[in-house]
Amino acid sequence: MCHVRLDVPRSGDYCEKGGSPLRMMMKGNEAIGEAAVRAGCRYFFGYPITPQNELPEYLSYRLPEAGGVYLQAESEIAAINMVFGAAGAGARVLTSSSGPGISLKQEGISFLSGAELPCVIVNIMRGGPGLGGIQPGQADYFQATRGGGHGDYRTIVLAPGSVQEMADFTYWAFELADKYRNPVLILGDGVLGQMMEPVVFPPEAKADQTNKLWATTGCRGRQPNIIKSLYLNPEELEEQNKKLQEKFELIMQEVNRAEKYQVEDAEIILIAYGISARVSLAAIDAAREEGIKVGLFRPITLWPFPEKILLESLSKAKKLLVVEMSAGQMIEDVRLAVCGRLPVHFYGRTGGMLPSAKEILSKIKTLGGGASGRSIR
Amino acid sequence: MTKQRFHYCPGCTHGIIHRLVAEVIDEMEIREDTIGVAPVGCSVLLYNYLDIDMQEAAHGRAPALATGIKRVLPDRMVFTYQGDGDLASIGTAEIIHAAARGENITAVFVNNAIYGMTGGQMAPTTLAGQATTTSKTGRNIQSAGFPIRMSEMLATLDGAAYISRVSIHNPAHVIKAKKALRKAFETQKRGIGFSMVELLSTCPTNWGLKPTEALKWLEENMIPYYPLGEFKIKQEV
Repeated sequence: MCHVRLDVPRSGDYCEKGGSPLRMMMKGNEAIGEAAVRAGCRYFFGYPITPQNELPEYLSYRLPEAGGVYLQAESEIAAINMVFGAAGAGARVLTSSSGPGISLKQEGISFLSGAELPCVIVNIMRGGPGLGGIQPGQADYFQATRGGGHGDYRTIVLAPGSVQEMADFTYWAFELADKYRNPVLILGDGVLGQMMEPVVFPPEAKADQTNKLWATTGCRGRQPNIIKSLYLNPEELEEQNKKLQEKFELIMQEVNRAEKYQVEDAEIILIAYGISARVSLAAIDAAREEGIKVGLFRPITLWPFPEKILLESLSKAKKLLVVEMSAGQMIEDVRLAVCGRLPVHFYGRTGGMLPSAKEILSKIKTLGGGASGRSIR
Repeated sequence: MTKQRFHYCPGCTHGIIHRLVAEVIDEMEIREDTIGVAPVGCSVLLYNYLDIDMQEAAHGRAPALATGIKRVLPDRMVFTYQGDGDLASIGTAEIIHAAARGENITAVFVNNAIYGMTGGQMAPTTLAGQATTTSKTGRNIQSAGFPIRMSEMLATLDGAAYISRVSIHNPAHVIKAKKALRKAFETQKRGIGFSMVELLSTCPTNWGLKPTEALKWLEENMIPYYPLGEFKIKQEV
C-alpha cells in the first residue's frame, strides 16, 4: 500500500513569488514550523503529544528539505537535552510539546537557562492537571512564567493570539533567545495550534550563527569552550546567579509588549491573552453596543509581564476582569501589578472548555456595567 | 590533558581512564575536532582535565546532548563519559535509544558497581551480596533485583556498531582498554554507528578497600559477572 500525503507542500511553494511575501492558509502549529525554518532554525527534537502534533509532522518533511534535521526523541526529557546539545553546538534549535511534556522538559529548561543557551520551546496548552485532556487550556501560565524547574531562572514567554502571530513570534523568539542567550517559550493553546488562518511569512531571516564564540564546536585555533551550569564553590555560584539576575533585569526593561483595544475610556478593562483575548474582543463589542464602557488589555509578553504598559492603560478604569482558560493564574500578575488600587475580578473556564463571548458579556454585566462610578478600592 | 590536579580519591581509576581517552584523542590527532560530554557523578569535573571543548549534561542525559551536538556537527568526534548510575539507571532510555538510532557517537562507560560521588549507595550494577550504604548487608536480589549487563543488552541493538567490555585492574588490561577505546573512536570516525566501551573500574573509598585490594576484588568478583570481550563489531553500515 502506498501512503502519499497529498497536502504536503512542495519546496517551490515556500518561495516568495515575484518578490512578494508568501501568503498561505495554515494551521497555527504548521505556521510555527514554517516560521522556524525561515528564522534559520534547522534542528527540531520532540516527542508526539496532542494538540501540537502538526508542528513536528510539518517539520519532519520540511526540515530535511531545508537541509536540517528532524529527530523524534525517545522522550520529552531526551528531546530537551538534544536541544541543549544542539544549542551548545551553536545552532538555532526548536522543540515543542504540550503541558505534560513541558513538565518533563523542566529539568532541561533549568539547565539551559543555567548554562545560558538559546533555544525556542513551544507549549500548545491543553487542560490539566495530570494527564488532563487534549482540549485547549491556559493552565500552564504558572509553569511558563514561574518555571517548573529548579533554581533562580527565568524564561521569556510570548503569547500569540492568531496564526499570524504564531509565525511572527517564532521569528521574534529566535532573535530574543540569541540576544539574551536564554530559552524563550511560545505559549499557545490547542485552539491557536489547530485553527487555520491566512498567514504571511516575512522573508527568510539572515540567521548568522558565526558570532556564537562560546559554542562547543571543537577548539580549533582557540582555548576550549566549556558549557556548564555547575559551580561547586558557593561564591562562584552566587556570582553566576548575580550575572543571570542582571540579565533578567535587563530583559524586564527591554522586552515588554501588550495590545490594547478600546481602553481609553473604558471603565471595565478585560485582561486576557491568547485565545481568551480573542473571545473577549467579541464580548467587548457586544457590551459596547449596550453602552458599557469596556476595553481589552492583552499581554503579549507574559514574562516579563507588561506591568508598566498595564498601569498606563488604567486612567478611566474602575474594575478589572481577568479572563483565562484556567482557574486563575495570570490574575496573580495582574493583582501584583495594580497592587490593590483596583478590584480585580475573574472569569475562567477549565478542563478544555472555551469561554464564550456570551458568558464573558454576562460576567461584565454582573460587574455593574461600569456605569456607576463607584470609588476605587 | 590540562595541568589541573585530579580531585579523585587515592586509587580511583578515573584518572587512568581520563588519560586513556586523552591519549587516543592525541594519537588520532583530533583534539580540536572533539567535543566531550561530562556526566553527573565523580567525573562531573571531566572538563577540568581534558583540554577539549566540553558540555556538561544533566544526570543520565549525556547521550541526548551528544546526539544534539553530533547532528549539528556531524564531522566532529563526539563522546560521552558516564558512570554506571548515570548510564545504567537514570539514563537508560537515553543510552538505549542513542544505540538503537545508531547515533554516531561514542560512550565511555565507567562501571564501578557503586554510586561514588553521593557516598557509596547501591547502583544498578552493584553485584549480588555487595555491601553499599543502602544495602548494608549486601545487595538482596529478592528485593533489589539483579545487576544490569549494559554491554550485552546494547549489543542486541542493530544500531550498535562497536560494544566491548574491558577492565583496568592491571597494566595488561589497561593496554587492552586503550585499544578498545581507539576502536570505538575509529568506529565513529568511519560513521558506522553507535560505539561504547564499558570499563570495569574500582572505587576503593566506597568499597572500603585499599586500592590494591580493590583491584583484586574487581578481578575476582566483577569479571565473573561482567565478562570481558567484544560483544559487537560491525564492519560496515
